[in-house]
Amino acid sequence: MGSVKAELLRLWKWPATWVLIGVWLVMTLTFGYLFNYLALNGGTNTRSMSQQQLISAMQPENVGAAVVRGLPMFGGAIVLVLAALAVGSGYGWGTWKTTLTAGPRRVSAMAGTLGALGIVVVLLVALTFVVNLSAAVTVASLEGWDWSLPGLGVFKALGASLLIAAMWTGFGVFLGVVTKGPALAVGLGLMWAIVTENLLRGVGSLLGPVESLTEVLPGGSAGNLAGAVGGSSAPGVLTNLSGTTAALFLAGYVVFFVGAATLLKVRRDLV
Amino acid sequence: MRGTTVEPMIVTTEKLTKRYGDRAVVDEVSLSVRRGEVYGFLGPNGAGKTTTIRMLLGLVRPTSGSARVLGEKPGTPRALLKVGSLIEGPGFFPYLSGRDNLRVHAARRGVDRTHVEAALEQVDLVGAAAEKFRRYSLGMKQRLGVAAALLGRPELLILDEPTNGLDPAGMADMRDLVRALAAQGQTVLLSSHLLGEVEEICDRVGVISNGKLVAESTVDQLRGETVLLVKADPLEKAHVLIEGSSVHGDVLHVRETDAGALVRTLVHADVDVQEVRPLRRTLEEVFFEMTGAA
Repeated sequence: MGSVKAELLRLWKWPATWVLIGVWLVMTLTFGYLFNYLALNGGTNTRSMSQQQLISAMQPENVGAAVVRGLPMFGGAIVLVLAALAVGSGYGWGTWKTTLTAGPRRVSAMAGTLGALGIVVVLLVALTFVVNLSAAVTVASLEGWDWSLPGLGVFKALGASLLIAAMWTGFGVFLGVVTKGPALAVGLGLMWAIVTENLLRGVGSLLGPVESLTEVLPGGSAGNLAGAVGGSSAPGVLTNLSGTTAALFLAGYVVFFVGAATLLKVRRDLV
Repeated sequence: MRGTTVEPMIVTTEKLTKRYGDRAVVDEVSLSVRRGEVYGFLGPNGAGKTTTIRMLLGLVRPTSGSARVLGEKPGTPRALLKVGSLIEGPGFFPYLSGRDNLRVHAARRGVDRTHVEAALEQVDLVGAAAEKFRRYSLGMKQRLGVAAALLGRPELLILDEPTNGLDPAGMADMRDLVRALAAQGQTVLLSSHLLGEVEEICDRVGVISNGKLVAESTVDQLRGETVLLVKADPLEKAHVLIEGSSVHGDVLHVRETDAGALVRTLVHADVDVQEVRPLRRTLEEVFFEMTGAA
């Protein structure tokens, strides 16, 4: 518990935590509500989205889908950056050395970091939900729509959001430990989340096996889970796997990333 | 030099070795630190001091050999909770204040946060405790590192190059701090390549060179016995008259402690005595001799 408390204290007071959460909230509001609202009120080009679809996307009862649809790619990238910075920076600052000589076992120290990051991620998803719900209610009230609060199905979407965010967090932690620094971890992570998987999907249209593979890669699994719980019309959201299959792959990635990072942390010399 | 009773060992290593590939960074080092002493761990840069210390703290696994710290295996919680350390400069979160950094450290050590203020007072950092760590001077950073090491009243304090990068005033402050801790009976393992610092504050020293422990004894023993330097004319006549003397350039070194008797002997033999003074090797001279450093 001491390790979690210590990590929470330092993450709580870390400006990067709040900057990244803030950037994510602004992004989700801008792309989820502001642009849709502007498109609905005088936009000239709504592409494939009809007015009805725009209204549906902004309805308070669909806020669960609004939360989950941003996480497979951009939200995930932000969570990954936070985790990679939180773990990788400790090597440059020398704080891992201080942590590992403070008393707790290495596994406990790592569990403290993971636990604290987990709490931050739960907070991020909860804040995303609250902010999106507030925006949805505001838009619905301004437009004079009949609206209702989300039903119990929202918990499915929030659960999926947490699993997706946990996978990206684990990925960031893994990269932070492997590269022993923040810069390379963040660079590689962003490259993977935003560029590599999309390139592979492009290649997949030419090569069948690659296309199948992209469905179960970290971003692909996240996109498929988001699609399975109602997320749509956002980059990275897919609908080719069942929710259960996608969730199982994501859980596997969480176990692999966290397990491999912890094993490396426990066994590797800190020089 | 403090009490003369021999205290039990609280750090022992037995042929402790760390290899990276074919290179032995630490080569069969067997050292011992007694309870209540300030042990100086001397060696040139790259000699293997920090790697040895990292092995004592469980940060680096030995390739072979063994070590016990306060009767425990290094790196276990039972050992680490009894040890406070500062290795190769302090590692703190730059965006947190000194006080918050200590609170984080206290939480990890399971130490009540009320001890944080006492540690800050001990290193005279209370006034700057609210400032961000990144704004600290190097001396303040080192002192915060010592404060962190003191949290939880450790039985053993391991300080690796605590004066590195400090200006003369900062070095003097750090020496005073270590002296004050030693006066309170704190066992300190102090690694340094600054010989004056070690000579001034350490009871015993271990000298490491190229990964090997080349000497371990008290500072006095290491410096060896005092000899008399005699400058006389004619030197050869004086050399013949004084049994056991040796010629070093234009002076004699004599293992005689009664300077008066020596002078009388020379004067009676019509030898012109120009200078007689005690001569003792400095730790620096001994160190250069042992390590081949210059």
